[in-house]
Amino acid sequence: MHALLAAQGIDPWIAFFSLVTVVITVGMGFWTAGKSKSAGDFFVAGRSVSVGWNASAISGEYLSAASFMGVAGMVMATGYDALWYPVCYACGYLFLLLFIAGPLRRFGAYTIPDFAEGRYDSPLFRKIAVCFVLFIGFFYTMPQMKGAGTTLAYIFPGLPYWAGVVVVGAVITLNVSLGGMKGITLVQAFQYWLKVFAITLPIFVLASIVGHYQQHLEANKTAQETVAAAPAGIERKALPAKAPKDEQWIAPFGKLTTKAVDASIAAAKTPEAKAALEANKQPYSLLYTYSLIIALVCGTAGLPHILVRFYTNPDGVAAKRTTMWVMILIGVFYVFPPVYGVIGRSLTPELYDAVGAKGTDKVVLELPTLLAGRDHPLLGSILSGITCAGAFAAFMSTFSGLLVSMSSALAHDIYGRILRPASSPEQRLKAFKWSALIVGVTAVGLGSQVEALEINFMVGQAFAIAAASYFPLLFMSVWWRGMTMRGAATGMLVGGLSALASITLTSVSDVAVAKAKKLTDAAELAAYWADHPLAKGIADYWVAHPLARILCEQPAIWAVPLSIVLMIVVSKATASTVPADVRMKMLVLHAPEALGLKQEYIKEHEGLGGH
Amino acid sequence: MRESTPAPDDIHSDAFLARLMRGQLKLSIACALCFVVALVALPLLNYYQPAFMAQRIAGFTLTWLILGVLFFPFVWIISYVFIKRSIALEDAEAKAAQDGLTK
Repeated sequence: MHALLAAQGIDPWIAFFSLVTVVITVGMGFWTAGKSKSAGDFFVAGRSVSVGWNASAISGEYLSAASFMGVAGMVMATGYDALWYPVCYACGYLFLLLFIAGPLRRFGAYTIPDFAEGRYDSPLFRKIAVCFVLFIGFFYTMPQMKGAGTTLAYIFPGLPYWAGVVVVGAVITLNVSLGGMKGITLVQAFQYWLKVFAITLPIFVLASIVGHYQQHLEANKTAQETVAAAPAGIERKALPAKAPKDEQWIAPFGKLTTKAVDASIAAAKTPEAKAALEANKQPYSLLYTYSLIIALVCGTAGLPHILVRFYTNPDGVAAKRTTMWVMILIGVFYVFPPVYGVIGRSLTPELYDAVGAKGTDKVVLELPTLLAGRDHPLLGSILSGITCAGAFAAFMSTFSGLLVSMSSALAHDIYGRILRPASSPEQRLKAFKWSALIVGVTAVGLGSQVEALEINFMVGQAFAIAAASYFPLLFMSVWWRGMTMRGAATGMLVGGLSALASITLTSVSDVAVAKAKKLTDAAELAAYWADHPLAKGIADYWVAHPLARILCEQPAIWAVPLSIVLMIVVSKATASTVPADVRMKMLVLHAPEALGLKQEYIKEHEGLGGH
Repeated sequence: MRESTPAPDDIHSDAFLARLMRGQLKLSIACALCFVVALVALPLLNYYQPAFMAQRIAGFTLTWLILGVLFFPFVWIISYVFIKRSIALEDAEAKAAQDGLTK
C-alpha cells in the first residue's frame, strides 16, 4: 500500500490525516443526524447552544479556506498590504458587536430575511432580502471550492483541480442534507480547535528549526536600509523574477494595491503618461487600502451564515459574550497564517512562478515538507499532513455553514413561503435536502471555474457585496426609526447589486486574462480574444483607466455610502409609509430583555390576526 | 392599532425609547470611534511617515508589528470594555423601567 501510494507521488501521512478529518466530519454529521428530528432543530439548533460551544462554532465556520490558506498565500505573494485581510476579518466582529448583535438577538427571528420582514411587516421585502443570501453565499463558496481543489491537487499530484472540487462538494452536500445545523454546530466547534492546532503546531516546530517570524522578516530589507540585516543562520533562497522586490513587499502600498496602476504604466506609450501615472500610484493605493478596509469591516457584519448563529444564543447577553469570545478565538488564529507567508517567501520562492492551484495559495501545505530536506523526513510529512487536515476543516466547515444558510433560504423562504405556503414541516425538511443538493451542485460548477483567482481575493469580494447590501440594511434598520421598507429595499438593492456587478466584471475579465496568459502562440491568443470581445474590451479599459479598475475591484468605498444615502433619501421621500408600530419594534430591538417585551410584541400581532 | 392610543405606562413613551437608544448608541459610537481612528490613522501614517513606520523593532517593521500582532489585543480591549458597560447599562435600564412601572 505504502509503495503504491509513493509510486503515485502521494505522501501516506498527508493522505492519512486528511482522510481522518473527512471521516470525523462526516461521522459526526451522521451521528448527530439521529438527534435532530424537528424542523426547528434543523434550522437553528433549538436555540440552546452554550456560549463556549457557540463561539467555537462561529469561529470554526468563519475561519475559511481564505483564512487558513489564502491569507498566507496572499502575504507571501504581495506582502504587507495583505495583512489587512486577517486584521479586518477579525475586527469586523467589533462592528457586529457594537451595533448589531445585541438588538438583532432581542428582536428574535431566524434569519436576516426574517428580520427584514418583521421590521417592515413586508413579505415582499423578505423575498428581496433572501436573494442576497444566495448572491453572497455563492461568491463565498467559490474560494472555498478553490481551497478544496488546491488541497486535493496537492495531496494527489495527478488529480486535476476540478476533480477535487467535485469530491469535496459532494461529501459536504451529503453531510449537510443528513445532519442539518444541529450536527453542524458540534462539527464546527470541533473544527475550530482542529484548525488552531493545525496552524500553530507546524509553524512552531518549523520556526524552531528554520528560524522565527521576525528573523525571516528581518531578512527582507526596507527601502530605508541599504543591506538586508539577515540574522545569522537564516537561509534565503534566491527569489524568481516574478516575486516582488524586498522593499515593495515589506512596505505598505505594494503589489496588491498598485497592480492596476502598474499595468497601466507598463502599457503607457509616452514618458509623460508614465510620469503622470507614477504620480497617482501612491494616492490610488491609499484609496484601495481604505476601500478594502470598509469592505472587510462592514462585510463581516453582513455575512448571512454568521448572523444566523447569533439566534442560537439563549439571550442577548449571551450573544454579546459569544461575540467577545469569537474575537479572541479568531484573533489568536489570525496571528499565524502570515508567518507561513513570511517564511514561505524565504524558503519556497519557487511558488511565485507557479499559477492556479500550484501557486502561493498552497504555501501552508507545502512549507512543512521542507523539514524532509533537513533530516526530519517523517516529521515533515506528519506536519504537512496536519496542515492538510486543517485546510480540509477550513473549507469543509465554511462550505457547510454556507450550504445550511443557502439551503435554509431556499427551503424556508422560497419553498416554504413563496411556492408552497401550506407545506407541512415534513415537506419543508424534504425541501431542505433538495435545496442543499441544488446549492451544492451550483457551487461545484462555479468553483471549478475560478482556479486562476486568489482565494483571499474572492472572499474579499463576497465581503464587499455583504458590506453594500446587508450591512446598511441591518445598521440603519436597528438605529433609525424613520426607515421605510422602500428606502431599505432601494438602498440594499442598488448598493448591493452595483457592488455585485462591478465585482463580477472584475472576476470575469481576470479569469479571461488568466486563460489568455496560458496561450503562448500569438495566433491562438488572437483567436481567443476574438472569441471573447467583451472580456478584451473590459481588460483594455482597465489598463487605460486604472482608477476605474480599483473602484470596480474594491467597490465598498462608494457602494456602502451609496446604499446608506439612498436609504435615507428614499425613506424621507416615503416617510408616510414608516411602519405604524415602529416605536414598539424599536423598543423590542433596544429594551433590555428583562422587561419581557418580546412576548408582548408577538401577542399584539397574534391579536391582530397576524401573518 | 394600539399605536394610536398613547400607552399609559412609562416604557411605552417616546421619551423612554429615545433615552434608551441614545444611551446605547452613545456607548457604541464611543467604542467604534477608538477603533475607526486607529483604522484611518494607520494607512495615513504609512503614507506620510514611511521611514518612521519602517523602523525595526525586534526584527519587525513598526507598521508590521502594529498590523500583524498588536491590532488584535487592541480590539479585544475595546470589546471587553463595551460588553462590561453595555451589560451594566442594560441592567440599569431594566431597573429604571421596572421602578417606573411599580410607582
